Amino acid sequence: MNELVHPYHRFIRPTVTHSSFCPGCGDGTIAQSILRAIDGLGMDMDDFVFVSGIGCAAWIPSPLFNADVFHTTHGRPIAFAFGVKMGLPDKKVMVVSGDGDLVAIGGNHLIQNARRNIEMVVICANNSIYGMTGGQAAPTTPMGVKTTTTPYGTFENFFEDISGLIIAAGASFVARWTTAHPRQLTASIKKAIQKNGFAFIEVISQCPVQFGRKMGTGNAVQMLEDYKKRSISIKEAKKLSPEELKERIVVGEFVDLDKPEMVEEVTRMIRRASAEAQEAMETGRG
Amino acid sequence: MSEKRVHTGRYFMMGNVACAEGALAAGCEFAAGYPITPATEIANHLAEKLPQVGGAFFQMEDEISSIAAVIGASWAGKKAMTVTSGPGISLMVENIGFAIGVETPCVIVNVQRGAPTTGMPTIGIQGDMVQAKHGSHGDYEIIALCPSSPQEMFEHTVIAFNYAEKYRTPVFLLSDAFVGHMREEVVIPEAEKIETIYRNIPEPGADPLKIKGFLDEDVAPMPIFGKGFKAHVTSSCHDEYGKRNLIDISALDKFVRRLSNKILKHKEEITLVERDYEDAEIVLVSYGGVSRAAAAAASQARKKGIPVGTLRLITVWPFPGEEIEKMARKAKQVIVLENNLGQVYPYIKAEAAHFAEVSFLPPRLVGEIQDPEDILKMIMEVST
Repeated sequence: MNELVHPYHRFIRPTVTHSSFCPGCGDGTIAQSILRAIDGLGMDMDDFVFVSGIGCAAWIPSPLFNADVFHTTHGRPIAFAFGVKMGLPDKKVMVVSGDGDLVAIGGNHLIQNARRNIEMVVICANNSIYGMTGGQAAPTTPMGVKTTTTPYGTFENFFEDISGLIIAAGASFVARWTTAHPRQLTASIKKAIQKNGFAFIEVISQCPVQFGRKMGTGNAVQMLEDYKKRSISIKEAKKLSPEELKERIVVGEFVDLDKPEMVEEVTRMIRRASAEAQEAMETGRG
Repeated sequence: MSEKRVHTGRYFMMGNVACAEGALAAGCEFAAGYPITPATEIANHLAEKLPQVGGAFFQMEDEISSIAAVIGASWAGKKAMTVTSGPGISLMVENIGFAIGVETPCVIVNVQRGAPTTGMPTIGIQGDMVQAKHGSHGDYEIIALCPSSPQEMFEHTVIAFNYAEKYRTPVFLLSDAFVGHMREEVVIPEAEKIETIYRNIPEPGADPLKIKGFLDEDVAPMPIFGKGFKAHVTSSCHDEYGKRNLIDISALDKFVRRLSNKILKHKEEITLVERDYEDAEIVLVSYGGVSRAAAAAASQARKKGIPVGTLRLITVWPFPGEEIEKMARKAKQVIVLENNLGQVYPYIKAEAAHFAEVSFLPPRLVGEIQDPEDILKMIMEVST
């Protein structure tokens, strides 16, 4: 009898025997959506360098993916990815990390590289909490929620629209889905990989252990059902007032535009500078 | 290296510019940094010259991302560097620890300035000496070189790249505002006379599962990205294959020891010093710009018939304790000179005090290199 093998098993590092995610975690859905997108595009894992920071979502590629994987410091994966991309412009560079990593401690790298519009895919698993350290408030935790560091409820306004921030910063491609939309998410990741520019995908993802249990939003299934109920497409959302959109999750592809991309601009600059230097040397002005 | 990279000739050149020229000659392809006095001239010069040879300088949003980008580029296979001053290093130290942990070749130039904190940007001090060694958390070894002239800003930058590539580690060039802004004759030799080293990498087509890319005291081949090595690079405690291990203390012990031993095992070949203490009873120990004052004072003292010699540390880290001991066994008096309140002094004293009297002479004003007259006065005091 033939052994049954998962179709994406070939994408998994052979030395990895298990994942470190809690039961019901959304990171598995995100991992599979990424692999489905790569498979769907007919690409190879060697076409990619995966970069991640610190936190649960950072462990999606590290060590799971059988590719070049760069597991870096907290908040800085995009800054590391910048150097990797400049050094290997022909490779696809994908950053996978969480909201705490990318938006709190690493917020400026996210903004600045969206502004640069450097070609890379950034997938932000947004679970509205610090999961790995045990359920502390994040900049994405809704106001008033009790967490381990806000036992009386959070007293800060929170990021309700990370995607909006990245659109304003100037990224070429911005989309938001939830883990209840794996097919749409996969389709957007495919587009993001092919995008010649900074492509940001926010994935609202369930953390049943540190968020669901503490916040009373239930287990993984209940959280996913809640995402489905609250999600609304961009088109539909346009018909509603801000008041009506409260508590709703607007999903879809917000931005998909063509604009100058940084690696290309740098390549052009280098070509110009070396040609000028060559000419100066030949004419004896060097 | 090509002629394009090596601008052979005799120049009247600023130290910082000489550093950038050294980087070009060493084969630097990627530089990232953030503007800061008194290091900016290096960035400016690299921004102009690197694109001419196919590289580039990138101005990042801060020093944290600068060093991160440098490490990323190094893993992409590029020779990479960053240039900054003390405040920038303070921001970089976490990622410098990362570079050490995953064994990343890169060069970090610190043109030291008046400190602590924002301090006095255009004044040179040697205030970040211990920071270079202990700035990041945990036990680790680092390599640091201290140039004392624009010529050495060029030469030591080349050496720094070679050490970085050979030992797969960040290497510090610890200059200061005086040496960085000093203008002197700089001779850039012909390209073929400049030795350049590139890291070892695994054989092309090697089985990824068999690549031992980490934690070898004799320096593992670096499984750089983009070659199909499927490298798993994590600064979490890992084994020789890069596999994360967060539960076994013996794995941590191996991680810490091997990283340190990789440098310590090769200390003799890393250590560069300048000895001029034959028959001397009093030895002045210094490094960087201060060594110029020490040499002047020693020469004046010898004219007066006092047997004074000098020992100049070029490699300050790993600390060349053996060299200090060798010197101290011959000397009666050791005078340590630094442009700070005594940062490397305790290390020197620990090695020398068993054999000789050791004293420290700070500059009259911190930020002012010792006046040779003051050094001479100190020599007279200890020699009586």
